[in-house]
Amino acid sequence: MDAFMELFREYDVLGAFLVNIELTLWSALFSLILGVVLVMMRISPISSLRTVAGAYVELFKNMPLTIIMVFMVLGVYAQLKLEFSDTFATNFFWLAVTGLSLYTAAFVCEALRSGINTVPLGQAEAARALGLNFMQSASLIILPQAFRGSVAPLGNTLIALLKNSTVAAAASVSTETSSLMKEMIEFHADAIVQIFLIFAIGYVIMIIPIGVLTTYLSNKLAVRR
Amino acid sequence: MSDKNEATKNARPLAPLVPGADEAGHPLVELTHVEKHFGDLHVLKDINLSVDKGEVLVVVGPSGSGKSTMCRTINRLETIDSGVIRIDGKPLPQEGKELAQLRAEVGMVFQSFNLFANKTILQNVTLAPIKVRHMDKKEAEDLAMDLLARVGVASQAQKMPSQLSGGQQQRVAIARALAMRPKVMLFDEPTSALDPEMVNEVLDVMVELAHEGMTMICVTHEMGFARKAADRIVFMADGQILESGTPDEFFDNPKTDRAKDFLSKILTH
Repeated sequence: MDAFMELFREYDVLGAFLVNIELTLWSALFSLILGVVLVMMRISPISSLRTVAGAYVELFKNMPLTIIMVFMVLGVYAQLKLEFSDTFATNFFWLAVTGLSLYTAAFVCEALRSGINTVPLGQAEAARALGLNFMQSASLIILPQAFRGSVAPLGNTLIALLKNSTVAAAASVSTETSSLMKEMIEFHADAIVQIFLIFAIGYVIMIIPIGVLTTYLSNKLAVRR
Repeated sequence: MSDKNEATKNARPLAPLVPGADEAGHPLVELTHVEKHFGDLHVLKDINLSVDKGEVLVVVGPSGSGKSTMCRTINRLETIDSGVIRIDGKPLPQEGKELAQLRAEVGMVFQSFNLFANKTILQNVTLAPIKVRHMDKKEAEDLAMDLLARVGVASQAQKMPSQLSGGQQQRVAIARALAMRPKVMLFDEPTSALDPEMVNEVLDVMVELAHEGMTMICVTHEMGFARKAADRIVFMADGQILESGTPDEFFDNPKTDRAKDFLSKILTH
């Protein structure tokens, strides 16, 4: 027990978790936006848009996140000289958010597409038959129902995102949990079990409520037919 | 064609639901040499059909005869391989804004109602007038409540579609289509998914609509309705129109063996 106290006193563990939460929230926001755009492209009547979105999803879904993160730093930042900020930490934070968002958007798109598959074709036909255009039927009829039908997969995507946020270490975000854990192990090799427990349990504590909430929401929001 | 003229002559004073119903009948919907395949299946074979303004056309035939498909081609929910479909003289646009505009003029009622599951009954009816016709919200709601009252479900306006019975849902679907002030209404087997005791409440609304001069194309298996409300009956089988005539002609003196066979099967009970 003393070892735990010691570790908490010496390191800003909660601060590190906060960084991961921040990474997650920003990435969730951006990946949701991008994911919605992608899924609309995938169901759009324009075949070139469908192809582009399909290719994007296949590419990012099947690429290891670490590679994307490393590319954000070595490719986007070091080679292409794109930067978000002059401050090192801020810059890498946003590079990590970008990488996470690009990656997660593919999964958001897939989650939403599974939701769209729960919407009967007749809903879209009725919308079209009334003279609504594609954007109107997608935004007013199809997507609202698809969201409600994909709460559970979206929740799982969020859980994966929170855990994946530790890969931000690969994008040189040095304040987040996995970087901190590495540092702690380096200096407290004697307390390795405690260190593992802190981070393992920390994530479990963060993630269980997400699971409970999505189960609750997916029942509550389910579209009654 | 005399029956149709009679129908126009006897039309009651112009109903507000159906703008222009008093104008002399000219072809409102015209299908010329329409062909369609589903893969190897030739579902529509050289369909030629013209429906005049104010005419009530009932399409009957065995299942798989292409009647639903034909109905769906008229607002391009199904594309056609060749031929021309004209609505009010204008050929059916391929896609885009013009197509959406045309669909707004053609009301459609589906077998499975297809009310928007994420909208209330009232919103179902007001959505298209507001979004497509850019009607003021208040105005659209007044119109919707009028129409819902006409079809007898005004008291359900704030409920969700799943809370209504099938018959009520289908009547809402009719009100939703009427809210766009369509020139023609398409009914694609509107009572086939209903419990028997709910069929009549929907047919009553359709009969009323027919009497008010709405141009209607109904695909249905309800022979009683066909006899009572139709100006003309079209019999389809195997993707072809085999017969076309008044209800009396068709039911009492079917010309083709296929039609005789069909009628003998459905009218024996």
